[in-house]
Amino acid sequence: MGDKVVVAMSGGVDSSVAAALLVEQGYDVVGVMMRLWAEELPAPALRASAAGGDAPEAARQTNKCCAPEAVYDAQWVADRLGIPFYVISVEQPFKTQVVDLFVAEYAAGRTPNPCLVCNRQIRFGYLLDYARRLGARYLATGHYARIRRDDQGRFQLWRGADRNKDQSYVLSVLGQDDLAQTLFPVGELTKPQVRRLAAERGLPTASRAESQDLCFVADGDYRGFLLRQAPDMARPGPILDRSGRMLGTHRGLPFYTVGQRSGLGVAATRPLYVLELDRERNALIVGTAEQLGKCRLRTGPAWWVAGEPPSGPFEAEVQIRYRATPAPAVVTPTADGGTVVSFTAALRDITPGQAAVFYVGDRCLGGGVIAEAWD
Amino acid sequence: MIIYLDHSATTPVDPRVVEAMAPFWTEIYGNPSSIYGLGRRAAAAMEDGRRRIARILNCGPTEIVFTGCGTESDNLALRGVALAAAARGKRHLVTTPIEHHAVLHTANDLAEHYDFEVTLVPVDRYGQVDPDAVAAAIRPDTALVSVMMANNEVGTLQPIAEIAARARARGVPFHTDAVQAGGHLPLDVEALQVDLVSLSAHKFYGPKGVGLLYVRRGVRLLPVQTGGGQERGRRSGTENVPYIVGMATALELAHAERETESQRLRLLRDRLIQGLMAQIPDLILTGHPTQRLPGHVSLLVPGAEAEALLIALDMAGIAASSGSACATGSPTPSHVLTAMGYSPQEAMSALRLTLGRANSEADVDYVIEKLAEIVPRVRGRR
Repeated sequence: MGDKVVVAMSGGVDSSVAAALLVEQGYDVVGVMMRLWAEELPAPALRASAAGGDAPEAARQTNKCCAPEAVYDAQWVADRLGIPFYVISVEQPFKTQVVDLFVAEYAAGRTPNPCLVCNRQIRFGYLLDYARRLGARYLATGHYARIRRDDQGRFQLWRGADRNKDQSYVLSVLGQDDLAQTLFPVGELTKPQVRRLAAERGLPTASRAESQDLCFVADGDYRGFLLRQAPDMARPGPILDRSGRMLGTHRGLPFYTVGQRSGLGVAATRPLYVLELDRERNALIVGTAEQLGKCRLRTGPAWWVAGEPPSGPFEAEVQIRYRATPAPAVVTPTADGGTVVSFTAALRDITPGQAAVFYVGDRCLGGGVIAEAWD
Repeated sequence: MIIYLDHSATTPVDPRVVEAMAPFWTEIYGNPSSIYGLGRRAAAAMEDGRRRIARILNCGPTEIVFTGCGTESDNLALRGVALAAAARGKRHLVTTPIEHHAVLHTANDLAEHYDFEVTLVPVDRYGQVDPDAVAAAIRPDTALVSVMMANNEVGTLQPIAEIAARARARGVPFHTDAVQAGGHLPLDVEALQVDLVSLSAHKFYGPKGVGLLYVRRGVRLLPVQTGGGQERGRRSGTENVPYIVGMATALELAHAERETESQRLRLLRDRLIQGLMAQIPDLILTGHPTQRLPGHVSLLVPGAEAEALLIALDMAGIAASSGSACATGSPTPSHVLTAMGYSPQEAMSALRLTLGRANSEADVDYVIEKLAEIVPRVRGRR
């Protein structure tokens, strides 16, 4: 038998096809699903907010990524492929390393991306380590991204062949050691191809909901979640314009995000947008669309797929959110390990807490969490 | 080829038991309460089973109540005795923190909904309870004392006769959950002087879905399940004749072979413990070193998570568990190990290997070899 591979299975089409391809390639495949932490809502609250006829009992304590139906589906696929399948408990590390950080970031006035943190700390941290402990050579997932090697044998991360499904943004945190132990079996395929392969093999052809973003929020309402986790976040404060003029009162900074237009409750002659969450003054800074545009941003400590930053400034396409259109920019690594990114044209929704991810063509170089943006 | 090392969770049904049950599915399928021959023959087989079991327990056949499982037996013992006693103003229970959840959750339920007070008598590092501490916990309003005969997670045996004698001296009924002990230990209720005993067939090579509660004549018991008045009104519901016959045969077979099999298992158990201790540093044997079930090995593997160990063992063709076979699947530190003084973190590294009839020396040696490979890997480099 070939090398042992642990495949993270969701019961959906992508990871099922990934597992099937690995079996066909002769690997010794073991399927796993992570049981993640999920918020517990009292049933009545959920009943009130849940759309449709879902049984509150079933939904109450289950993370969307590992709901009972997902476990059954993945188990069914594993049986069909003749591979062992295990559900492993990751509640505690997920809670402390992803969920608690998510809450803390909002409390600090930033808009975090928990999927990125989860990939670094949990999927390619805890789970990859777990796979090694089980004697596996590789961890495989159904992500749309590609791993290649350069002339010196260094690993590179590339966008998935299907640009519409590309997930390299949330994988940009992977380094050389991670990529050396990772397989993305569907990265070279398009979604329609994956569906066809699934159909040919009698595997499920449906995706699990595309983005299981905020899989741990019981009712999908992250603002309500934040209030339940950290009630003191709902601290009203002033809505100010750039000149410091008070325009109204906000309900608490976590309820707002940069670029947001509606819901400010401020009467103005021109449309106003959220420019900034000023944590120190507990103030919401608003302004016009023109004021929203920013040309530069600074990131905190950057991560580099190559393991080290390029030697100097470089031209890149930079993505400031998971699904944002890449924008041309010059990225300058700074002495403190961060970066400064200068865009060719102003962007309207640079959001502190989100990651700026750097690409040259389809190759992902790395990224960093946005600390601030300016004109 | 799987090496099954989880006999405390359940056992395969002995083929001789399957054979004994065979006629009662399609031939002698009558309802034992029916008046015609088909029913009378079913009733006769069931009563024959009751007598065969009574001989092993050294009790009268009418003192045996057939139930659906060990959990039901524990529920009937606790609820039945407690609620009958509550009518006479007695609302206090004495038990231990290492009981099976069938006892603990039932005691909690009685506390929550029926105003009972529950005293949990602590156990020592081996998981043993001091009979004098049990005696000291008994009050004038104590309705029942319940202490398990052998613990499922760590295999520790309790001094049941000594505890029972102290309860009897105070005139309080004494129940023992003997689910893990069935087939392994003598169950003579006169020698033990116990008043109620729970047993479950699938722990001694009988079918799942049938158990029994021994209730000494004179013990007041309020039925939990009412209806047609079967089992002398103590457990209504049509009797499960094939399973009852199977349970009787399984218990007879287990007790006929008990001494030789127990001796064989003890040797295998000690070979496994010694082999693992020699091969793997820092292992901790939990439970009592000698006062433990014959085939029961329970360990802590500090630095390793039980879940990863169990998965790695399964990949190597070895079926084991971390303690109890819990339905939720979500790991929480064992209440047994924490009651014995281990930290929650230590408790998360618990590994239970329980031997049974099919296991051989070769199995034991294979498991030692595989675990010696697996443990350092699962512990990782941290």
